[in-house]
Amino acid sequence: MSEKIEITASSVAAVVSDALKIIKSAQDLAALKSAKPATIGDGSPFAAMSAKLGKLPAADKATAGKLITEARATLNTAFSEREAHFYQLEQAAKLETERVDITAAPITQPIGARHPLSLLQEEIADVFVGMGWEIAEGPEVESEWFNFDSLNFDADHPARAMQDTFFVEPTEMHLVMRTHTSPVQVRSLLERDLPVYVLCPGRVFRTDELDATHTPVFHQVEGLAVDKGLTMADLKGTLEHFARIMFGPEAKIRLRPSFFPFTEPSAELDVWHPGAKGGARWVEWGGCGMVNPNVLRAAGVDPEIYTGFAFGMGIERTLMFRNDVKDMHDMVEADIRFSKQFGGVL
Amino acid sequence: MRVPLSWLGEYVSLPSTVTAESVMAELVKVGLEEEGSHSYNLNGPIVVGEVLEFVEEPQTNGKTVRWCQVLVGKDDVRGIVCGARNFEVGDKVVVTLPGAVLPGDFKIAARSTYGHTSDGMIASARELGISDDHEGILRLKSIGLDPEVGTDALELLHLGDSAAEVNVTPDRGYCFSIRGIAREYSHATGASFTDPVSRVIPVETSGFEVQVDNSEPIRGVPGVTKFVTRVVRGVDASAPTPAWMMSRLKLAGMRSISVVVDITNYVMLELGQPIHAYDYSKLQSGFGVRRAKASEILETLDGNERKLHPEDLVIVDSSGPIGLAGVMGGASTEVSAQTTDLLIEAANFDGVSISRTARRHKLPSEAAKRFERGVDPKVAEFAAARVVALLEEFASGAAESLGSIFDESIEPASIFLPAEFAASLTGVNYAAEDIQVTLVKIGCQVKSSSDGFEVVPPSWRPDLTHKTDLVEEIARILGYDEIPSRLPVAPPGRGLTKKQKLRRLVANYLASSGQVEVLNYPFLTKEQNEYFSNSGSASVKLANPMQEEVNQLRLSLLPGLLEAAKRNLSRTLVDLSIYEMGLVFQAPVSADRVNLPSGTEKPSDSDLAKLQASVPIQPLMLGVLFVGDRVGQQVGRKSIRASYADAISLARNLGQMLSVDIVIEQSEPRGFHPGRSAVLKVKDQVIGFAGEIHPELARLNDLPRQVAVLEINLDVLFENVPETVVAADIYTYPAATQDLSMVLDIAIPAAQVLAAIKESAGELLEEVVLVDDFRGGNLENNQKSLTFALRFRAADRTLTQSEASQARDQAVAEANRRFGATLRA
Repeated sequence: MSEKIEITASSVAAVVSDALKIIKSAQDLAALKSAKPATIGDGSPFAAMSAKLGKLPAADKATAGKLITEARATLNTAFSEREAHFYQLEQAAKLETERVDITAAPITQPIGARHPLSLLQEEIADVFVGMGWEIAEGPEVESEWFNFDSLNFDADHPARAMQDTFFVEPTEMHLVMRTHTSPVQVRSLLERDLPVYVLCPGRVFRTDELDATHTPVFHQVEGLAVDKGLTMADLKGTLEHFARIMFGPEAKIRLRPSFFPFTEPSAELDVWHPGAKGGARWVEWGGCGMVNPNVLRAAGVDPEIYTGFAFGMGIERTLMFRNDVKDMHDMVEADIRFSKQFGGVL
Repeated sequence: MRVPLSWLGEYVSLPSTVTAESVMAELVKVGLEEEGSHSYNLNGPIVVGEVLEFVEEPQTNGKTVRWCQVLVGKDDVRGIVCGARNFEVGDKVVVTLPGAVLPGDFKIAARSTYGHTSDGMIASARELGISDDHEGILRLKSIGLDPEVGTDALELLHLGDSAAEVNVTPDRGYCFSIRGIAREYSHATGASFTDPVSRVIPVETSGFEVQVDNSEPIRGVPGVTKFVTRVVRGVDASAPTPAWMMSRLKLAGMRSISVVVDITNYVMLELGQPIHAYDYSKLQSGFGVRRAKASEILETLDGNERKLHPEDLVIVDSSGPIGLAGVMGGASTEVSAQTTDLLIEAANFDGVSISRTARRHKLPSEAAKRFERGVDPKVAEFAAARVVALLEEFASGAAESLGSIFDESIEPASIFLPAEFAASLTGVNYAAEDIQVTLVKIGCQVKSSSDGFEVVPPSWRPDLTHKTDLVEEIARILGYDEIPSRLPVAPPGRGLTKKQKLRRLVANYLASSGQVEVLNYPFLTKEQNEYFSNSGSASVKLANPMQEEVNQLRLSLLPGLLEAAKRNLSRTLVDLSIYEMGLVFQAPVSADRVNLPSGTEKPSDSDLAKLQASVPIQPLMLGVLFVGDRVGQQVGRKSIRASYADAISLARNLGQMLSVDIVIEQSEPRGFHPGRSAVLKVKDQVIGFAGEIHPELARLNDLPRQVAVLEINLDVLFENVPETVVAADIYTYPAATQDLSMVLDIAIPAAQVLAAIKESAGELLEEVVLVDDFRGGNLENNQKSLTFALRFRAADRTLTQSEASQARDQAVAEANRRFGATLRA
C-alpha cells in the first residue's frame, strides 16, 4: 500500500528542498556518501517520486517528466559539487601531511669520479681522433729493443744504465718498464699500413723518487705521423691546432732546438698558455721533431720515401699547469677528494 | 756548463750591458737551455788593507783574538777584531768595511765584540766565496799579490764576474768548453768570434816514447786515436794560482787545488780537451796506453783501489797501470807541491770505452763526461801547448822539445746534402746561399754543385754524420721560427677501437654509479702479490726496484686498492668505493735469454716474433673496492653498509651493460672470505672474482673487517661482447604474474634454482626475480624457502591465469626433480 504521490511543481520543489538540505548538512565526504540514499540514491523520496512517473496518465506525463528531469539535474549537481568540495579539502589536508623539507632530500645514488689524468688523456685522444688519427697502445713492460734500440738509443746510451730505467729480472731477457710511450710508435709502424697517424697515450716509468714534481710512474701522450712529404711545418701545424683546442684560440706554440735520439731535427716545445694562473705565459710542454731515419729503418720504413714527425708531452705536467695542480702527490696518492673535485669535467 | 762572462768575452764580443741572463736568453735560441746564473754575491766596500799592528787578547772562553789596526786607505786606520792568527804585521789582507754584504745576505757593520768596536772584518777565502779555505784569513801575499792599500778587492780578485749556466744536450760535446759556447753565442747573435785555438801555436816535439796498443777495440773502435805529450821542467808546483784564474774556475764550478791542476782544468774548460799532468820524476820506462788485464789493480787519485776490467783503458809504465785513461789519474804519479818536472797528456779516447769505464767504477768525472760526448781530435796539441804556456807564465816552468804525438784520428767523412733536402724536411725554402753560409759558419767545408752540397763537418762535430743532421743545423741557426705552419690531413680514421670504446663505457659507468677512480703504482712486495694469487701466473720482478722489498710487478689490482683504501682511511675518508683500471703483469712462460737485434734495420720476422714472445702477458684488469657505508645515513634513511652484494651487483650490471652473460658461482678464492665470495665466469672461462676479502687480510692491512672487492679481466670480458646486439620483439599483450615459494635444501644456490625455472617454465616466461630467502619459522634447520616473482606473457594473446599456472607448475616440477624442492604450503 503505497502513499499517493502527486507530481506537481510544489511537491517536486518540496522534495528537492528537503534533499538539498540534507546534502548541505553533510560535513564531510563520508557523511555525504551516507546521505546518498536519503537524497538521490535508490529509495530516496525523489527516487520514489520519479518512479511514479510511468504510472501517470499520458496527458500529465510531459509536464511531470520535465519537472522530474530538472529536479534530478539540480540534485545531482548539488551532490557532486558538494562531493568535489569535500574531495578538495581532503586532498589539501593529505598534501599538507606529505610535505617534506625538499632541501634535506637524501642522496639515493652516490656519484663517483674519473681520475683527471684519465679524463685528460681522453680529451687529448678526442682531439686527434677528430683529425682522423687513431689511438695506439702497447705493453708497459717492454723489450729493450722497442724501448731503446729501435729508437736510435745506442747500446751505450746513458739511459740504458740502471740509474733511470727499471730493468726486469733476469736482465738477460732485456725487458724494461717502458721509459716513454715511444715503443708504441715503433710497434704501430711495424703493425700498420702506411701512412700512419697515431696517438699513443699511456703509463711510463723512470726511477725518480716521488716529490712535488716527480713520480716514478707517470703518463705521456705521444703522436706520430709518417707519410709522404711531411715536414716540420706539418708538425708545427698539428701542435698549434692541438694547443688551441687544449688552451683556447689564443694559444700558440714555439719550438726551440734540442736533442733526442729518435728525432732529427729535434725541438723543445713551449706553449703560450693564455689561461695560466697569474697571467698568460710560455710554458715548457714537451719535445718533438722529425722522426730520425734510423727509427724509420728499424721499423721497416724507407726514409728516402717517407718522412715523419713525432711529439710527446707529460700528462701530469699538462694537468699541473692547465688545472693548477701544485703537488704531484695529489695525483698519485689515490685520495678520493682529488678526483671528486673535478666531477667529470676538466 | 757554466760560463764565466769575462772568459766568454775573450773569444766573442759581448755587449757592455751583458748579464748572465742575457747570455742565456741568446743561447737558448740555438738549443742551449738555460739552467741558471752564478755570481759571488759580494757588495762593497771591500778593499785591500795592511795590518799595521795587533795585540793578542786571550778571552775567558779560551780563545785568543787579535785587536788589529788596519790601514784601509790614506790616513784611514780601522780597529778590527780578528779571530784568526795566521797573519803578520805588514800583511796585505782583504777588509770588508761596514756597508759591505757577503754571500747569504751577511751584512757587515761596525759592532761591539770582545770589548772593542770592530770597524769591519778581515775576510777568509771562504767568506769571499773564492774557495773552501777557512783555516785563517786570506793573505794576499799567498796568492802572489801585493796591491796598494785601499785597492778595490772585488776588482783585484775578479769577484765581480758572473757565470751563465746552460744545459748541453748529449750531441753537442763541444759545448762543454768556452770555445764551443763562444761559437754558439756568435751563431745566436752574429757577434764576432775568435777561436781560442788560434791564440796557440803548437811546437814540434819528439823524443818521449809512448806505446799505444789499440789491439782490443770495443765495437770495432780503437781505444786511442790521439795521444800528445809534452814535458815541462822546473815547475814551481807551490806557486799561487792567479786570482783571475781562481775566480773563473770557481764560477765554472771547480775547486782550486794547485797551480798545476788548476791550469789543466782551466785549459779543459777553455778548449774542451781533458788534460792530465804526471809527476815526470815518478814515471818509469815503458809509458803507454792499453787495455787493462783482468787481475790488475790501480789506486786512483781519490785514494780508492780499483780492480780493473779488461775493457778499461789504462795508462801504464813498467810498474803497471798508473792511470784510468780519460777518467781519473793514478796516485803513484800524482803531482805534489814538490813536483818540478811534469808530463802533460792531451789524448783522445773512444767515448764508449770511457763511458763504460766511468760507469763501471762509478766515476762520472769532468774528463769522462767530455770524452763520452766526443772531444775535438784536432785540439789536443793546441791544448797541450796552452797548458805549457800557462805553466811557463804562472809556475816558472820551462818548455822542452821532449814530447810525442800519436795521431790516428780519422778525418770527418763528407756528406752529400741534396739541394732540396732541407726544404723537404723543414718546409722552409732556404736559399742555396743561406744553406752554404750557415754550414760554413758552423765550421763545415762546403762545396756547392748544381744538385746539392758536398759537406765536410768540422772536427769538433762528430755528431754530424747524416744529411738530416745538417738540416737540423741549418734550421737551428736560421731559426725554428722560420718554419711555417701547415695542418696535415690524415686519411679517414676508424675512430676508437671497440676495446677503447668499451673501456670508456665501463669507466664512465663506474664513475656515475658511485666509484672513484684511483691510479696506483704497480709495484708490490712478494707478500702483497700472494694475497690474491688466483691466476696461477708467476710474477715479474724488477732488477732495480726503488725499495728493495717492493720488487714485484702486480699480478692483481687488489693489493694496490687495499693500500689506497688504507691511505684514505688514515685521512678519515672512511666510506670508499674506489676502482682502478690497469695492466697486471704475468711472467712469460719461456724465459730464454734474448739477443737483441740491431736497431739500425728491421729485424727478421722470426726475431720480431721472439721479441714479442719475451714480453710478459699484460691483461687489462678492473679492480673495485668497497668499504664503510655504501650510502651514508641521511634524513629519513638508514646507512647501507658496503658488502659482497655491492661487488656481485656490480659484476651483474657490467654483464647486463655489455650484453655478456656473466655466471656467478659460489667459490673460495685465495684472499677472499670463504663464505662470501664468488668466481665470475663467461662461457666457462674464469674472468674474475668478487665478494668480501678474508677478514684476516683486512686486519693485516689495518682495514675494517668487512671489505668487498671485485676484479675482472676486461680483455676477456670485452672479447665476449657481441659485435652487434640482435633486438628481440617487444610484446604488448597483458602479462600474468605469479609468485612461487619453494622449500629446499639450504645448500642449493639460488642461482641454480633460478636457472632451472628459466629453463623449464617455457617460452611464456618473460622475467623471473628472486625476491626472498626465508629461513627459520616452521622450516627444518637445513631448509630454506625461496620466493620468486614470475611474469608471463604471450606474443599473440592475453594469457589466462590457468596458462600461467601451468607454466609455473612445470618450473616447480623441474625444481623438484633437480633439487627436491617442494611448493611451500
